[in-house]
Amino acid sequence: MKFFESFRIALRALNANKVRSALTMLGVIIGVSAVILLVAIGTGVQHEVTGSIEGLGSNLIFAFPGNVEEGGGGSFSVTRQFSLDDAALLERRLGSKDLVVPIIQSPATLKVGNRELRTTIAAANENGDEVFTADYLGGRGYRRSDVSASARVVVLGSTVRDDLFPYVDPVGKSIDINGQQFTVIGHLAAQGGSLTGDQDNQVYMPVTTAQRLLGTRDIGAIVVKADDPADVNLLQRRIKQILRPKFGNEFSVFTQEETLGILTQLLGTLTVMLAGIAGISLLVGGIGIMNIMLVSVSERTREIGIRKAVGAKTYDIMSQFVIEAVVLSVLGGGVGIGLGWSGAAALTRWVPTEVTWWAVALAFFFSAAVGIFFGVYPAYRASRLDPIEALRYE
Amino acid sequence: MEESAATQARVECVESRVVLEARQVSKCYELDEIEVHALREVDLEVCEGQMLAVMGPSGSGKSTLMHMIGLLDRPTTGNVVVEGVDVSRMSPNELAAVRNKRIGFVFQSFNLLPRTSAQANVELPLIYAGVSLLKRASMARASLERVGLGDRLGHYSSQLSGGQQQRVAIARALVTAPSIVLADEPTGNLDSRSGIEVMSILQDLNRQGITIVIVTHDDGVARHAERVVHMLDGRIVHDELVENRTLAEDRMRELDAEEEAAQ
Repeated sequence: MKFFESFRIALRALNANKVRSALTMLGVIIGVSAVILLVAIGTGVQHEVTGSIEGLGSNLIFAFPGNVEEGGGGSFSVTRQFSLDDAALLERRLGSKDLVVPIIQSPATLKVGNRELRTTIAAANENGDEVFTADYLGGRGYRRSDVSASARVVVLGSTVRDDLFPYVDPVGKSIDINGQQFTVIGHLAAQGGSLTGDQDNQVYMPVTTAQRLLGTRDIGAIVVKADDPADVNLLQRRIKQILRPKFGNEFSVFTQEETLGILTQLLGTLTVMLAGIAGISLLVGGIGIMNIMLVSVSERTREIGIRKAVGAKTYDIMSQFVIEAVVLSVLGGGVGIGLGWSGAAALTRWVPTEVTWWAVALAFFFSAAVGIFFGVYPAYRASRLDPIEALRYE
Repeated sequence: MEESAATQARVECVESRVVLEARQVSKCYELDEIEVHALREVDLEVCEGQMLAVMGPSGSGKSTLMHMIGLLDRPTTGNVVVEGVDVSRMSPNELAAVRNKRIGFVFQSFNLLPRTSAQANVELPLIYAGVSLLKRASMARASLERVGLGDRLGHYSSQLSGGQQQRVAIARALVTAPSIVLADEPTGNLDSRSGIEVMSILQDLNRQGITIVIVTHDDGVARHAERVVHMLDGRIVHDELVENRTLAEDRMRELDAEEEAAQ
């Protein structure tokens, strides 16, 4: 019998058992889409965070409140936040060539008309451009006067601009941030490349403005930019000396290299966790496929008995079941990939996601293998029975 | 009239060739470590055009014998010969081909594919025989018309009564124009009217020259055949030609009259 006939038989059998076919596919779909989605979230978050640090430049030193090292690298115990006074203190005591930049980063919701966007505020003083990348495509950055006046001005990253002002020059336009009106004074070129990708999805404003907007007198961190990259380690020690009298051990100072190391460690844990969840989803999907296949074995065994009684050869039976299993697995896998991918795309509104090829391939082939194995193996056994055994099977 | 039909059958049996033959067929299997002899050296010849009933109580081996001569199962010892060809040493795939071409089955529980139309069920043996799509459809239609279901081609098994399902099964058994149709308790799951209808169709087909073997425990069913083979404990104990053979048409008329009288 020709392959085409086997194909017709398989499709007819799938069509005759729509519920079973749908449930089997559901197992594959859940497994595949869950893995793709979770791995995409893990990878996306990791790349965004490490990218944002790497994008800053190599001669930066970060001072955070709280003792990271005593917290075991995982949990911070922050008893006292930094304020602008602390930044001013560092500025006075360090050399005038080294720039001191107070930083606030906070999530915020932007609105223009009926368009809404969740993004991140990156606030600094007039030297912010030295810390955050600043390649102006139009308008200008905020100045010292904007900082001292807490002016409600904002500079848009390229993604934000493309989302909120797709076809117009945003400079001079009004924008709503967390319910307050701001004026756009400039916008940036896309930074390009995955490492700095997240900087495009930020808005930049004076640190004083951000404090008022968020209703706080604290700042998130202080960044010091060394004039000479060779001085980084020396500078790190001096910052510690200056801050110790006031903060004791309740602060941490890292070079960029150290920061990346800690973050990579934290994010590695996150990725392992997500991969674990993904693995469980895959297993659950696989068990779902297995169950529905095994549950239908007795019915299918009778079917095989009937087919053999009227003249089906072993090859006919096997090709039917292999084609059935392959069609279900490939359809389910395809739908799962589509669902996982579009789910990942939809989630970027809230969480950074990045679909990885190995996750797609792993999920697809694992689910397909489970589907094909549990579709074909019972059929293989039944196809070797005498027809009468298969017909009698309960 | 009945007498002469029985005599004629004997003459026919002598003159016509043997379609199917069991030679010294035995079947043993183990059930809970006890050896069961389902068949003990059974010899049986089925002649062309004959309607034969194999009768016996449950456990007598009659179904096992049908599975042997239907090539659904293999004898432990002995040979089965179909149309003069010994099939005992054939591979499973060769047996499938012989079943497909030479043997039609009618089972007590119908054994139709679920959620599949009557026509698709009847086409099934033709698919495995390699018949082309168009030819298949017309052959299946013709076969269903033969059992009076020409208007039920697209119905699923679940939309058909038991009697209709059994007729679909008969159409499926007929569609490859087999040498022999084997029916295992064909009326076992049917009410009496449907049972009579099925027997009527089988007798009709037999009149058209198709060899039929019916396995049953019911003497009333067996008496529709020309010849009855009685089995007990895995052996054939009696082989007789039927006198006063029951004609399903007569019984149908009786049933109609009874029902009319009851009303």
